Amino acid sequence: MNEILTKAPQGHIAVRNFSLSYDSIEGPVEAVTDTQIHVKPGEFVSIVGPSGCGKSTLLNAVAGFLKPTTGIVTVDGEKVNGPSAERGMVFQQYSLFPWKTVRENVEFGLKMRGMPRSQRERAARTLLGLAGLEAFEKHYPDKLSGGMKQRVGIVRALATGPKVLLLDEPFGALDAQTRVIMQQILTNMWQRLKISVLFVTHDIDEAIFLSDRVYCMTARPGSIKAEIPIPLERPRQQSMMMSSEFLALRRGLMSLIREESIKAMGGEISDMGLQGLNIELHGASLADVI
Amino acid sequence: MPASTTPASPPSFGTLVLRWYRINRDGLRATAIGIVSLLAFLLVWHLLTTYRVVFFVRFTNVPSPLAVYASFTKAIHDPKFLLHIALSCRRIFIGFSLAAIVGVPLGLIMGRFKLVHEIIFPVAEVLRPIPAIAWVPMAIMLWPTNEQSIVYITFLGSFFPILVNTLHGMSLVDPVLVRAAQCLGARERSIFREVYFPASLPHIFTGLTVGMGVAWVSLIAAEMISGQYGIGYFTWEAYSLVQYADIALGMIAIGVLGLGSSMLIRGAGQLVMPWRLK
Ligand SMILES: Nc1ncnc2c1ncn2[C@@H]1O[C@H](COP(=O)(O)OP(=O)(O)OP(=O)(O)O)[C@@H](O)[C@H]1O
Ligand SMILES: [Mg+2]
Repeated sequence: MNEILTKAPQGHIAVRNFSLSYDSIEGPVEAVTDTQIHVKPGEFVSIVGPSGCGKSTLLNAVAGFLKPTTGIVTVDGEKVNGPSAERGMVFQQYSLFPWKTVRENVEFGLKMRGMPRSQRERAARTLLGLAGLEAFEKHYPDKLSGGMKQRVGIVRALATGPKVLLLDEPFGALDAQTRVIMQQILTNMWQRLKISVLFVTHDIDEAIFLSDRVYCMTARPGSIKAEIPIPLERPRQQSMMMSSEFLALRRGLMSLIREESIKAMGGEISDMGLQGLNIELHGASLADVI
Repeated sequence: MPASTTPASPPSFGTLVLRWYRINRDGLRATAIGIVSLLAFLLVWHLLTTYRVVFFVRFTNVPSPLAVYASFTKAIHDPKFLLHIALSCRRIFIGFSLAAIVGVPLGLIMGRFKLVHEIIFPVAEVLRPIPAIAWVPMAIMLWPTNEQSIVYITFLGSFFPILVNTLHGMSLVDPVLVRAAQCLGARERSIFREVYFPASLPHIFTGLTVGMGVAWVSLIAAEMISGQYGIGYFTWEAYSLVQYADIALGMIAIGVLGLGSSMLIRGAGQLVMPWRLK
Protein backbone atom coordinates (compact mmCIF):
# COMPACT_ATOMS: atom_id res chain seq x y z
CA MET A 1 0.00 0.00 0.00
CA ASN A 2 2.75 2.43 0.96
CA GLU A 3 4.58 1.56 -2.18
CA ILE A 4 1.50 2.48 -4.23
CA LEU A 5 1.07 5.78 -2.46
CA THR A 6 4.65 6.88 -2.83
CA LYS A 7 4.82 6.02 -6.52
CA ALA A 8 1.30 7.36 -7.12
CA PRO A 9 0.77 5.19 -10.19
CA GLN A 10 -2.47 5.12 -12.13
CA GLY A 11 -4.62 2.06 -12.37
CA HIS A 12 -3.25 -0.46 -9.91
CA ILE A 13 -5.94 -3.07 -9.34
CA ALA A 14 -5.66 -5.26 -6.24
CA VAL A 15 -8.10 -8.00 -5.23
CA ARG A 16 -7.32 -9.55 -1.85
CA ASN A 17 -8.75 -12.50 0.08
CA PHE A 18 -11.70 -12.26 -2.23
CA SER A 19 -14.71 -14.55 -2.16
CA LEU A 20 -18.23 -14.04 -3.43
CA SER A 21 -21.35 -16.11 -2.88
CA TYR A 22 -24.71 -15.70 -4.58
CA ASP A 23 -27.88 -16.27 -2.60
CA SER A 24 -30.14 -18.97 -3.94
CA ILE A 25 -33.01 -21.07 -2.59
CA GLU A 26 -30.68 -23.95 -1.78
CA GLY A 27 -28.46 -21.59 0.18
CA PRO A 28 -25.42 -19.56 -0.80
CA VAL A 29 -23.68 -20.56 -4.03
CA GLU A 30 -19.98 -19.92 -3.75
CA ALA A 31 -18.90 -18.59 -7.14
CA VAL A 32 -15.38 -17.37 -6.33
CA THR A 33 -13.30 -18.28 -3.33
CA ASP A 34 -10.01 -17.24 -1.76
CA THR A 35 -8.74 -15.21 -4.68
CA GLN A 36 -5.88 -12.74 -4.93
CA ILE A 37 -5.10 -10.96 -8.14
CA HIS A 38 -3.48 -7.71 -9.08
CA VAL A 39 -2.86 -5.66 -12.19
CA LYS A 40 0.07 -3.30 -12.19
CA PRO A 41 -0.28 0.14 -13.74
CA GLY A 42 -0.17 -0.19 -17.51
CA GLU A 43 -0.23 -3.96 -17.42
CA PHE A 44 -2.43 -6.18 -19.60
CA VAL A 45 -3.71 -9.12 -17.58
CA SER A 46 -6.12 -11.85 -18.67
CA ILE A 47 -8.25 -14.27 -16.71
CA VAL A 48 -9.01 -17.60 -18.33
CA GLY A 49 -10.94 -20.48 -16.89
CA PRO A 50 -13.65 -23.03 -17.64
CA SER A 51 -17.21 -21.93 -18.21
CA GLY A 52 -19.04 -20.94 -15.04
CA CYS A 53 -15.91 -20.68 -12.90
CA GLY A 54 -16.64 -17.12 -11.81
CA LYS A 55 -14.66 -14.98 -14.25
CA SER A 56 -17.53 -12.57 -14.82
CA THR A 57 -18.26 -12.52 -11.12
CA LEU A 58 -14.71 -11.44 -10.36
CA LEU A 59 -14.71 -8.80 -13.09
CA ASN A 60 -18.09 -7.44 -12.02
CA ALA A 61 -16.77 -7.08 -8.49
CA VAL A 62 -13.83 -5.04 -9.80
CA ALA A 63 -16.27 -2.94 -11.82
CA GLY A 64 -18.25 -2.35 -8.61
CA PHE A 65 -21.48 -4.09 -9.64
CA LEU A 66 -21.08 -6.82 -7.02
CA LYS A 67 -19.92 -6.57 -3.43
CA PRO A 68 -17.38 -9.16 -2.29
CA THR A 69 -18.65 -11.51 0.42
CA THR A 70 -15.21 -11.39 1.97
CA GLY A 71 -12.08 -9.54 1.03
CA ILE A 72 -11.52 -6.26 -0.70
CA VAL A 73 -11.07 -4.77 -4.16
CA THR A 74 -8.99 -1.63 -4.50
CA VAL A 75 -7.85 0.56 -7.36
CA ASP A 76 -4.83 2.68 -6.50
CA GLY A 77 -5.41 1.88 -2.85
CA GLU A 78 -8.99 3.12 -2.86
CA LYS A 79 -11.74 0.67 -2.05
CA VAL A 80 -14.19 -0.04 -4.87
CA ASN A 81 -17.69 0.79 -3.66
CA GLY A 82 -19.71 0.91 -6.85
CA PRO A 83 -19.43 1.47 -10.57
CA SER A 84 -17.58 4.59 -11.64
CA ALA A 85 -16.16 6.22 -14.74
CA GLU A 86 -12.69 5.45 -13.35
CA ARG A 87 -13.21 1.86 -14.43
CA GLY A 88 -14.30 1.53 -18.05
CA MET A 89 -16.04 -1.67 -19.02
CA VAL A 90 -16.73 -3.50 -22.27
CA PHE A 91 -19.35 -6.24 -22.27
CA GLN A 92 -19.76 -9.32 -24.40
CA GLN A 93 -23.24 -8.21 -25.43
CA TYR A 94 -22.43 -5.07 -27.34
CA SER A 95 -24.32 -2.79 -24.97
CA LEU A 96 -24.25 0.29 -27.18
CA PHE A 97 -27.25 2.56 -26.64
CA PRO A 98 -29.42 1.82 -29.69
CA TRP A 99 -31.05 5.27 -29.51
CA LYS A 100 -27.75 7.08 -29.78
CA THR A 101 -25.61 7.43 -32.87
CA VAL A 102 -22.07 6.10 -32.81
CA ARG A 103 -20.74 9.52 -31.91
CA GLU A 104 -23.36 10.12 -29.23
CA ASN A 105 -22.46 6.76 -27.71
CA VAL A 106 -18.81 7.74 -27.54
CA GLU A 107 -19.74 11.15 -26.13
CA PHE A 108 -21.88 9.68 -23.38
CA GLY A 109 -19.26 9.52 -20.64
CA LEU A 110 -18.06 13.05 -21.41
CA LYS A 111 -21.64 14.30 -21.30
CA MET A 112 -22.08 12.70 -17.88
CA ARG A 113 -19.02 14.57 -16.77
CA GLY A 114 -20.60 17.83 -17.89
CA MET A 115 -18.34 18.60 -20.82
CA PRO A 116 -19.90 21.19 -23.15
CA ARG A 117 -21.36 19.86 -26.37
CA SER A 118 -18.91 21.30 -28.91
CA GLN A 119 -15.94 20.13 -26.90
CA ARG A 120 -17.17 16.58 -26.47
CA GLU A 121 -18.14 16.37 -30.13
CA ARG A 122 -14.60 17.22 -31.07
CA ALA A 123 -13.18 14.71 -28.60
CA ALA A 124 -15.49 11.95 -29.85
CA ARG A 125 -14.57 12.64 -33.47
CA THR A 126 -10.88 12.41 -32.68
CA LEU A 127 -11.33 9.10 -30.87
CA LEU A 128 -13.49 7.65 -33.63
CA GLY A 129 -10.87 8.72 -36.13
CA LEU A 130 -8.21 6.78 -34.22
CA ALA A 131 -10.40 3.69 -34.38
CA GLY A 132 -11.11 4.21 -38.08
CA LEU A 133 -14.79 4.79 -37.44
CA GLU A 134 -15.21 8.46 -38.38
CA ALA A 135 -17.28 7.56 -41.44
CA PHE A 136 -19.86 5.92 -39.18
CA GLU A 137 -20.26 8.64 -36.57
CA LYS A 138 -23.87 9.37 -37.57
CA HIS A 139 -24.93 5.72 -37.86
CA TYR A 140 -27.10 4.03 -35.29
CA PRO A 141 -25.56 0.88 -33.75
CA ASP A 142 -28.17 -1.28 -35.48
CA LYS A 143 -26.49 -0.67 -38.81
CA LEU A 144 -23.01 -1.75 -37.69
CA SER A 145 -21.35 -5.14 -37.85
CA GLY A 146 -20.46 -6.90 -34.62
CA GLY A 147 -16.79 -5.99 -34.90
CA MET A 148 -17.58 -2.32 -35.44
CA LYS A 149 -20.01 -2.29 -32.53
CA GLN A 150 -17.36 -3.67 -30.24
CA ARG A 151 -14.81 -1.15 -31.49
CA VAL A 152 -17.27 1.60 -30.65
CA GLY A 153 -17.79 -0.04 -27.26
CA ILE A 154 -14.07 0.05 -26.55
CA VAL A 155 -13.72 3.64 -27.76
CA ARG A 156 -16.69 4.64 -25.63
CA ALA A 157 -15.15 3.05 -22.55
CA LEU A 158 -11.84 4.81 -23.21
CA ALA A 159 -13.33 8.22 -23.98
CA THR A 160 -13.48 9.34 -20.37
CA GLY A 161 -9.87 8.41 -19.76
CA PRO A 162 -10.48 5.68 -17.17
CA LYS A 163 -7.67 4.40 -14.97
CA VAL A 164 -8.40 0.80 -15.90
CA LEU A 165 -10.26 -1.00 -18.65
CA LEU A 166 -12.27 -4.13 -17.88
CA LEU A 167 -13.37 -6.43 -20.69
CA ASP A 168 -15.65 -9.45 -20.28
CA GLU A 169 -15.27 -11.74 -23.31
CA PRO A 170 -15.60 -8.73 -25.59
CA PHE A 171 -14.96 -10.75 -28.74
CA GLY A 172 -16.93 -13.81 -27.69
CA ALA A 173 -19.77 -13.13 -30.10
CA LEU A 174 -17.58 -12.41 -33.14
CA ASP A 175 -16.59 -14.79 -35.92
CA ALA A 176 -13.04 -16.12 -35.95
CA GLN A 177 -11.67 -13.72 -38.60
CA THR A 178 -13.15 -10.60 -37.04
CA ARG A 179 -11.92 -11.77 -33.68
CA VAL A 180 -8.33 -11.91 -34.84
CA ILE A 181 -8.57 -8.41 -36.31
CA MET A 182 -10.12 -7.07 -33.11
CA GLN A 183 -7.33 -8.59 -31.05
CA GLN A 184 -4.78 -6.81 -33.21
CA ILE A 185 -6.66 -3.53 -32.89
CA LEU A 186 -6.93 -3.89 -29.13
CA THR A 187 -3.27 -4.67 -28.65
CA ASN A 188 -2.32 -1.69 -30.88
CA MET A 189 -4.57 0.63 -28.90
CA TRP A 190 -3.20 -0.63 -25.62
CA GLN A 191 0.35 -0.23 -26.87
CA ARG A 192 -0.38 3.47 -27.35
CA LEU A 193 -2.40 4.15 -24.22
CA LYS A 194 -0.60 1.90 -21.73
CA ILE A 195 -3.74 1.69 -19.66
CA SER A 196 -4.17 -1.15 -17.13
CA VAL A 197 -6.40 -3.84 -18.58
CA LEU A 198 -8.18 -6.79 -16.98
CA PHE A 199 -9.45 -9.04 -19.73
CA VAL A 200 -11.71 -12.07 -19.30
CA THR A 201 -11.82 -14.75 -21.97
CA HIS A 202 -12.00 -18.48 -22.40
CA ASP A 203 -9.92 -18.32 -25.57
CA ILE A 204 -6.37 -19.32 -24.65
CA ASP A 205 -4.76 -17.98 -27.84
CA GLU A 206 -6.44 -14.65 -27.28
CA ALA A 207 -5.23 -14.47 -23.69
CA ILE A 208 -1.61 -15.26 -24.62
CA PHE A 209 -1.56 -12.98 -27.62
CA LEU A 210 -2.80 -9.94 -25.71
CA SER A 211 -1.43 -10.30 -22.21
CA ASP A 212 1.59 -9.62 -20.08
CA ARG A 213 0.28 -12.10 -17.57
CA VAL A 214 -2.51 -14.69 -17.51
CA TYR A 215 -4.39 -15.95 -14.47
CA CYS A 216 -5.87 -19.39 -14.86
CA MET A 217 -8.89 -20.15 -12.67
CA THR A 218 -10.11 -23.42 -11.20
CA ALA A 219 -13.59 -24.82 -11.77
CA ARG A 220 -16.32 -23.45 -9.52
CA PRO A 221 -15.90 -22.25 -6.86
CA GLY A 222 -13.27 -20.37 -8.80
CA SER A 223 -9.89 -19.47 -7.42
CA ILE A 224 -6.53 -18.81 -9.02
CA LYS A 225 -4.92 -22.06 -10.07
CA ALA A 226 -1.90 -20.59 -11.77
CA GLU A 227 -0.35 -17.31 -12.83
CA ILE A 228 1.58 -17.41 -16.08
CA PRO A 229 3.78 -14.56 -17.29
CA ILE A 230 3.81 -14.08 -21.07
CA PRO A 231 7.28 -12.95 -22.01
CA LEU A 232 6.51 -12.50 -25.74
CA GLU A 233 7.95 -9.31 -27.13
CA ARG A 234 5.90 -6.20 -27.84
CA PRO A 235 4.35 -4.94 -30.04
CA ARG A 236 2.50 -8.15 -30.70
CA GLN A 237 1.79 -9.40 -34.22
CA GLN A 238 -0.47 -12.21 -35.37
CA SER A 239 2.55 -13.96 -36.88
CA MET A 240 3.88 -14.58 -33.37
CA MET A 241 1.09 -17.11 -32.84
CA MET A 242 3.12 -19.60 -34.84
CA SER A 243 6.31 -19.17 -32.83
CA SER A 244 7.52 -22.06 -30.73
CA GLU A 245 7.50 -19.80 -27.68
CA PHE A 246 3.80 -19.09 -28.19
CA LEU A 247 2.99 -22.72 -28.80
CA ALA A 248 4.80 -23.80 -25.65
CA LEU A 249 2.83 -21.29 -23.59
CA ARG A 250 -0.31 -22.50 -25.28
CA ARG A 251 0.40 -26.15 -24.46
CA GLY A 252 0.99 -25.29 -20.83
CA LEU A 253 -2.18 -23.26 -20.43
CA MET A 254 -4.19 -25.75 -22.41
CA SER A 255 -3.47 -28.62 -20.07
CA LEU A 256 -4.19 -26.46 -17.01
CA ILE A 257 -7.56 -25.45 -18.43
CA ARG A 258 -8.48 -28.89 -19.62
CA GLU A 259 -8.11 -30.35 -16.17
CA GLU A 260 -10.44 -27.72 -14.79
CA SER A 261 -12.95 -28.01 -17.61
CA ILE A 262 -13.25 -31.72 -16.97
CA LYS A 263 -13.77 -31.08 -13.28
CA ALA A 264 -16.42 -28.53 -14.16
CA MET A 265 -18.14 -31.02 -16.43
CA GLY A 266 -17.65 -34.00 -14.14
CA GLY A 267 -21.22 -33.89 -12.90
CA GLU A 268 -22.64 -33.73 -16.38
CA ILE A 269 -20.50 -36.56 -17.64
CA SER A 270 -21.58 -38.88 -14.86
CA ASP A 271 -25.18 -37.74 -15.34
CA MET A 272 -24.95 -38.88 -18.91
CA GLY A 273 -24.15 -42.36 -17.65
CA LEU A 274 -20.55 -42.38 -18.80
CA GLN A 275 -19.56 -43.65 -15.40
CA GLY A 276 -20.96 -46.99 -16.49
CA LEU A 277 -18.31 -47.07 -19.18
CA ASN A 278 -15.70 -47.27 -16.43
CA ILE A 279 -14.15 -43.95 -17.21
CA GLU A 280 -12.37 -42.73 -14.12
CA LEU A 281 -13.91 -39.40 -13.30
CA HIS A 282 -11.35 -37.78 -11.08
CA GLY A 283 -9.44 -34.94 -12.61
CA ALA A 284 -6.20 -35.68 -14.35
CA SER A 285 -6.92 -39.32 -15.01
CA LEU A 286 -9.90 -38.47 -17.20
CA ALA A 287 -7.82 -35.80 -18.88
CA ASP A 288 -5.44 -38.52 -19.95
CA VAL A 289 -8.28 -40.57 -21.40
CA ILE A 290 -9.63 -37.63 -23.37
CA MET B 1 -15.06 -0.25 -50.50
CA PRO B 2 -17.29 2.24 -52.32
CA ALA B 3 -14.06 3.59 -53.83
CA SER B 4 -13.52 0.35 -55.73
CA THR B 5 -16.56 0.84 -57.99
CA THR B 6 -15.69 2.60 -61.20
CA PRO B 7 -17.03 6.17 -61.42
CA ALA B 8 -20.01 6.18 -63.82
CA SER B 9 -21.61 9.05 -65.72
CA PRO B 10 -24.79 10.36 -64.04
CA PRO B 11 -27.71 8.02 -64.83
CA SER B 12 -30.33 9.12 -67.33
CA PHE B 13 -33.84 10.10 -66.27
CA GLY B 14 -35.24 6.85 -67.63
CA THR B 15 -32.80 4.81 -65.59
CA LEU B 16 -33.75 6.76 -62.47
CA VAL B 17 -37.47 6.13 -62.97
CA LEU B 18 -36.80 2.46 -63.56
CA ARG B 19 -34.65 2.26 -60.46
CA TRP B 20 -37.27 4.08 -58.38
CA TYR B 21 -39.89 1.65 -59.64
CA ARG B 22 -37.77 -1.39 -58.79
CA ILE B 23 -37.15 -0.15 -55.23
CA ASN B 24 -40.80 0.78 -54.60
CA ARG B 25 -42.41 -2.09 -56.46
CA ASP B 26 -43.87 -3.73 -53.36
CA GLY B 27 -45.29 -0.47 -52.06
CA LEU B 28 -46.86 0.40 -55.45
CA ARG B 29 -48.40 -3.02 -55.70
CA ALA B 30 -49.92 -2.73 -52.21
CA THR B 31 -51.31 0.73 -53.00
CA ALA B 32 -52.83 -0.44 -56.28
CA ILE B 33 -54.48 -3.47 -54.70
CA GLY B 34 -55.66 -1.31 -51.82
CA ILE B 35 -57.40 1.12 -54.14
CA VAL B 36 -59.06 -1.68 -56.10
CA SER B 37 -60.28 -3.35 -52.93
CA LEU B 38 -61.75 -0.09 -51.58
CA LEU B 39 -63.54 0.50 -54.90
CA ALA B 40 -64.91 -3.05 -54.75
CA PHE B 41 -66.19 -2.37 -51.25
CA LEU B 42 -68.01 0.77 -52.48
CA LEU B 43 -69.47 -1.16 -55.39
CA VAL B 44 -70.82 -3.94 -53.15
CA TRP B 45 -72.25 -1.34 -50.79
CA HIS B 46 -73.86 0.44 -53.73
CA LEU B 47 -75.41 -2.75 -55.11
CA LEU B 48 -76.70 -3.95 -51.74
CA THR B 49 -78.42 -0.64 -51.03
CA THR B 50 -79.81 0.22 -54.48
CA TYR B 51 -81.42 -3.24 -54.74
CA ARG B 52 -82.45 -3.08 -51.05
CA VAL B 53 -81.22 -6.60 -50.42
CA VAL B 54 -82.81 -8.48 -47.54
CA PHE B 55 -80.93 -11.61 -46.62
CA PHE B 56 -81.11 -11.98 -42.82
CA VAL B 57 -79.47 -8.54 -42.77
CA ARG B 58 -81.81 -5.82 -44.05
CA PHE B 59 -80.37 -3.19 -46.30
CA THR B 60 -83.82 -1.64 -46.83
CA ASN B 61 -83.07 1.58 -44.97
CA VAL B 62 -79.31 1.62 -45.31
CA PRO B 63 -78.19 4.73 -47.23
CA SER B 64 -76.33 4.25 -50.50
CA PRO B 65 -72.81 5.61 -50.99
CA LEU B 66 -74.20 8.36 -53.21
CA ALA B 67 -76.72 9.42 -50.57
CA VAL B 68 -73.94 9.56 -47.99
CA TYR B 69 -71.81 11.60 -50.36
CA ALA B 70 -74.68 14.03 -50.87
CA SER B 71 -75.11 14.49 -47.13
CA PHE B 72 -71.34 14.90 -46.81
CA THR B 73 -71.24 17.79 -49.30
CA LYS B 74 -74.06 19.39 -47.36
CA ALA B 75 -72.47 18.78 -43.98
CA ILE B 76 -69.11 20.35 -44.72
CA HIS B 77 -70.86 23.68 -45.26
CA ASP B 78 -72.91 23.24 -42.08
CA PRO B 79 -71.21 24.98 -39.12
CA LYS B 80 -73.08 22.73 -36.72
CA PHE B 81 -71.57 19.58 -38.18
CA LEU B 82 -68.12 21.12 -38.02
CA LEU B 83 -68.77 22.09 -34.41
CA HIS B 84 -69.63 18.46 -33.60
CA ILE B 85 -66.33 17.37 -35.05
CA ALA B 86 -64.34 20.15 -33.42
CA LEU B 87 -65.80 19.37 -30.00
CA SER B 88 -65.06 15.67 -30.30
CA CYS B 89 -61.51 16.44 -31.32
CA ARG B 90 -61.12 18.80 -28.38
CA ARG B 91 -62.38 16.17 -25.95
CA ILE B 92 -59.98 13.61 -27.38
CA PHE B 93 -57.13 16.07 -27.27
CA ILE B 94 -57.69 17.02 -23.62
CA GLY B 95 -58.56 13.53 -22.34
CA PHE B 96 -55.79 11.78 -24.23
CA SER B 97 -53.15 14.40 -23.41
CA LEU B 98 -53.99 14.18 -19.72
CA ALA B 99 -53.78 10.39 -19.89
CA ALA B 100 -50.35 10.60 -21.54
CA ILE B 101 -49.10 13.30 -19.17
CA VAL B 102 -50.14 11.26 -16.14
CA GLY B 103 -49.74 7.72 -17.48
CA VAL B 104 -46.24 7.86 -18.97
CA PRO B 105 -44.41 9.43 -15.99
CA LEU B 106 -46.37 7.27 -13.57
CA GLY B 107 -45.40 4.16 -15.52
CA LEU B 108 -41.75 5.24 -15.60
CA ILE B 109 -41.70 5.91 -11.87
CA MET B 110 -43.55 2.69 -11.03
CA GLY B 111 -41.11 0.76 -13.20
CA ARG B 112 -38.13 2.25 -11.43
CA PHE B 113 -39.25 2.38 -7.80
CA LYS B 114 -40.58 -0.84 -6.33
CA LEU B 115 -42.46 0.84 -3.49
CA VAL B 116 -44.48 3.06 -5.81
CA HIS B 117 -45.25 0.01 -7.92
CA GLU B 118 -46.37 -1.98 -4.90
CA ILE B 119 -48.67 0.82 -3.75
CA ILE B 120 -50.26 1.78 -7.06
CA PHE B 121 -50.33 -1.45 -9.04
CA PRO B 122 -53.10 -3.23 -7.03
CA VAL B 123 -55.44 -0.24 -7.38
CA ALA B 124 -54.70 0.00 -11.08
CA GLU B 125 -55.33 -3.70 -11.57
CA VAL B 126 -58.74 -3.48 -9.87
CA LEU B 127 -59.83 -0.44 -11.87
CA ARG B 128 -58.37 -1.50 -15.21
CA PRO B 129 -60.92 -4.17 -16.22
CA ILE B 130 -63.82 -1.72 -15.80
CA PRO B 131 -64.67 -0.48 -19.31
CA ALA B 132 -64.70 3.30 -19.57
CA ILE B 133 -68.35 3.18 -20.66
CA ALA B 134 -69.30 1.60 -17.34
CA TRP B 135 -67.98 4.78 -15.73
CA VAL B 136 -70.57 6.99 -17.42
CA PRO B 137 -73.12 7.21 -14.56
CA MET B 138 -70.37 7.60 -12.00
CA ALA B 139 -68.66 10.23 -14.10
CA ILE B 140 -71.85 12.24 -14.37
CA MET B 141 -72.12 12.19 -10.58
CA LEU B 142 -68.46 13.04 -10.07
CA TRP B 143 -68.08 16.01 -12.40
CA PRO B 144 -70.03 19.26 -12.31
CA THR B 145 -70.49 19.53 -16.08
CA ASN B 146 -71.32 17.09 -18.81
CA GLU B 147 -68.29 18.22 -20.77
CA GLN B 148 -65.96 17.34 -17.92
CA SER B 149 -67.45 13.91 -17.43
CA ILE B 150 -67.03 13.10 -21.13
CA VAL B 151 -63.40 14.21 -21.07
CA TYR B 152 -62.94 12.14 -17.93
CA ILE B 153 -64.30 9.03 -19.67
CA THR B 154 -61.94 9.64 -22.59
CA PHE B 155 -59.08 10.06 -20.16
CA LEU B 156 -59.88 6.79 -18.39
CA GLY B 157 -60.13 4.88 -21.64
CA SER B 158 -56.65 5.84 -22.78
CA PHE B 159 -54.99 5.99 -19.38
CA PHE B 160 -54.68 2.27 -18.65
CA PRO B 161 -53.24 1.13 -21.98
CA ILE B 162 -50.65 3.92 -21.70
CA LEU B 163 -49.76 3.05 -18.11
CA VAL B 164 -49.56 -0.70 -18.70
CA ASN B 165 -47.44 -0.42 -21.83
CA THR B 166 -45.05 2.05 -20.22
CA LEU B 167 -44.63 -0.34 -17.30
CA HIS B 168 -44.04 -3.20 -19.70
CA GLY B 169 -41.37 -1.18 -21.52
CA MET B 170 -39.64 -0.41 -18.22
CA SER B 171 -39.58 -4.07 -17.25
CA LEU B 172 -37.79 -4.94 -20.51
CA VAL B 173 -34.95 -2.43 -20.22
CA ASP B 174 -31.70 -4.32 -20.77
CA PRO B 175 -29.78 -4.27 -17.46
CA VAL B 176 -26.48 -4.37 -19.38
CA LEU B 177 -27.27 -0.92 -20.79
CA VAL B 178 -27.87 0.38 -17.28
CA ARG B 179 -24.52 -1.05 -16.21
CA ALA B 180 -22.81 0.44 -19.24
CA ALA B 181 -24.21 3.86 -18.31
CA GLN B 182 -23.08 3.47 -14.70
CA CYS B 183 -19.55 2.62 -15.85
CA LEU B 184 -19.55 5.83 -17.84
CA GLY B 185 -20.32 7.90 -14.77
CA ALA B 186 -24.12 8.20 -15.09
CA ARG B 187 -26.02 8.82 -11.86
CA GLU B 188 -29.60 7.86 -11.08
CA ARG B 189 -31.20 10.83 -12.79
CA SER B 190 -29.14 10.55 -15.97
CA ILE B 191 -29.73 6.82 -16.14
CA PHE B 192 -33.44 7.53 -15.99
CA ARG B 193 -33.30 10.13 -18.73
CA GLU B 194 -30.67 8.55 -20.95
CA VAL B 195 -31.43 4.85 -20.58
CA TYR B 196 -34.77 3.93 -19.03
CA PHE B 197 -36.80 6.53 -20.88
CA PRO B 198 -35.49 6.03 -24.43
CA ALA B 199 -35.40 2.26 -23.94
CA SER B 200 -39.09 2.30 -23.01
CA LEU B 201 -40.14 4.65 -25.82
CA PRO B 202 -41.18 1.96 -28.31
CA HIS B 203 -43.56 0.48 -25.74
CA ILE B 204 -44.73 3.91 -24.65
CA PHE B 205 -45.75 4.57 -28.25
CA THR B 206 -47.52 1.24 -28.46
CA GLY B 207 -49.43 2.36 -25.37
CA LEU B 208 -50.22 5.73 -26.94
CA THR B 209 -51.51 4.10 -30.13
CA VAL B 210 -53.70 1.62 -28.27
CA GLY B 211 -54.75 4.36 -25.85
CA MET B 212 -55.81 6.60 -28.72
CA GLY B 213 -58.02 3.84 -30.13
CA VAL B 214 -59.67 3.22 -26.78
CA ALA B 215 -60.06 6.97 -26.25
CA TRP B 216 -62.24 7.20 -29.38
CA VAL B 217 -64.29 4.16 -28.37
CA SER B 218 -64.93 5.65 -24.96
CA LEU B 219 -65.62 9.13 -26.30
CA ILE B 220 -68.22 7.99 -28.83
CA ALA B 221 -70.01 5.87 -26.24
CA ALA B 222 -70.03 8.72 -23.74
CA GLU B 223 -71.29 11.19 -26.34
CA MET B 224 -74.08 8.87 -27.41
CA ILE B 225 -75.23 8.49 -23.85
CA SER B 226 -74.78 11.91 -22.34
CA GLY B 227 -73.62 14.40 -24.93
CA GLN B 228 -75.21 17.37 -26.52
CA TYR B 229 -72.49 17.83 -29.06
CA GLY B 230 -69.85 15.69 -30.63
CA ILE B 231 -69.67 13.33 -33.56
CA GLY B 232 -70.99 10.43 -31.47
CA TYR B 233 -73.99 12.50 -30.49
CA PHE B 234 -74.43 13.54 -34.14
CA THR B 235 -74.58 9.90 -35.22
CA TRP B 236 -77.06 8.94 -32.54
CA GLU B 237 -79.19 12.02 -33.21
CA ALA B 238 -79.29 11.16 -36.92
CA TYR B 239 -80.91 7.87 -36.01
CA SER B 240 -83.53 9.55 -33.83
CA LEU B 241 -84.28 12.07 -36.58
CA VAL B 242 -84.47 9.33 -39.23
CA GLN B 243 -81.56 10.92 -41.16
CA TYR B 244 -80.18 7.60 -42.33
CA ALA B 245 -77.49 9.05 -44.57
CA ASP B 246 -76.14 11.04 -41.62
CA ILE B 247 -75.70 7.83 -39.60
CA ALA B 248 -73.26 6.52 -42.16
CA LEU B 249 -71.66 9.95 -42.48
CA GLY B 250 -71.10 10.07 -38.70
CA MET B 251 -69.62 6.57 -38.72
CA ILE B 252 -67.26 7.37 -41.55
CA ALA B 253 -66.23 10.62 -39.87
CA ILE B 254 -65.42 8.70 -36.67
CA GLY B 255 -63.38 6.20 -38.66
CA VAL B 256 -61.44 8.90 -40.47
CA LEU B 257 -60.78 10.84 -37.27
CA GLY B 258 -59.60 7.68 -35.49
CA LEU B 259 -57.32 6.79 -38.37
CA GLY B 260 -55.95 10.34 -38.58
CA SER B 261 -55.15 10.52 -34.89
CA SER B 262 -53.37 7.18 -34.84
CA MET B 263 -51.37 8.28 -37.88
CA LEU B 264 -50.39 11.41 -35.99
CA ILE B 265 -49.08 9.27 -33.16
CA ARG B 266 -47.19 7.01 -35.51
CA GLY B 267 -45.61 10.07 -37.12
CA ALA B 268 -44.66 11.47 -33.74
CA GLY B 269 -43.12 8.11 -32.86
CA GLN B 270 -40.95 8.19 -35.97
CA LEU B 271 -39.83 11.72 -35.15
CA VAL B 272 -38.96 10.83 -31.58
CA MET B 273 -37.33 7.48 -32.37
CA PRO B 274 -35.21 8.03 -35.49
CA TRP B 275 -33.10 4.99 -34.62
CA ARG B 276 -36.07 2.72 -35.33
CA LEU B 277 -36.42 3.85 -38.95
CA LYS B 278 -35.57 1.17 -41.46
N1 LIG C 1 -27.14 -14.24 -9.84
C1 LIG C 1 -26.67 -15.48 -9.61
N2 LIG C 1 -27.25 -16.29 -8.69
C2 LIG C 1 -26.78 -17.53 -8.45
N3 LIG C 1 -25.73 -18.06 -9.05
C3 LIG C 1 -25.10 -17.32 -9.98
C4 LIG C 1 -25.52 -16.01 -10.31
N4 LIG C 1 -24.71 -15.51 -11.26
C5 LIG C 1 -23.82 -16.48 -11.52
N5 LIG C 1 -24.04 -17.56 -10.75
C6 LIG C 1 -23.23 -18.78 -10.74
O1 LIG C 1 -21.92 -18.44 -10.35
C7 LIG C 1 -20.98 -19.13 -11.16
C8 LIG C 1 -20.02 -18.16 -11.76
O2 LIG C 1 -20.69 -17.36 -12.72
P1 LIG C 1 -19.91 -16.42 -13.71
O3 LIG C 1 -20.91 -15.80 -14.61
O4 LIG C 1 -19.03 -15.52 -12.92
O5 LIG C 1 -19.03 -17.45 -14.52
P2 LIG C 1 -18.11 -17.23 -15.79
O6 LIG C 1 -16.80 -17.80 -15.49
O7 LIG C 1 -18.18 -15.83 -16.24
O8 LIG C 1 -18.84 -18.16 -16.85
P3 LIG C 1 -18.92 -18.02 -18.43
O9 LIG C 1 -17.64 -18.54 -18.98
O10 LIG C 1 -20.06 -18.90 -18.78
O11 LIG C 1 -19.15 -16.58 -18.74
C9 LIG C 1 -21.76 -19.89 -12.20
O12 LIG C 1 -21.71 -21.25 -11.86
C10 LIG C 1 -23.14 -19.36 -12.13
O13 LIG C 1 -24.06 -20.41 -12.29
MG1 LIG D 1 -18.94 -14.79 -17.98
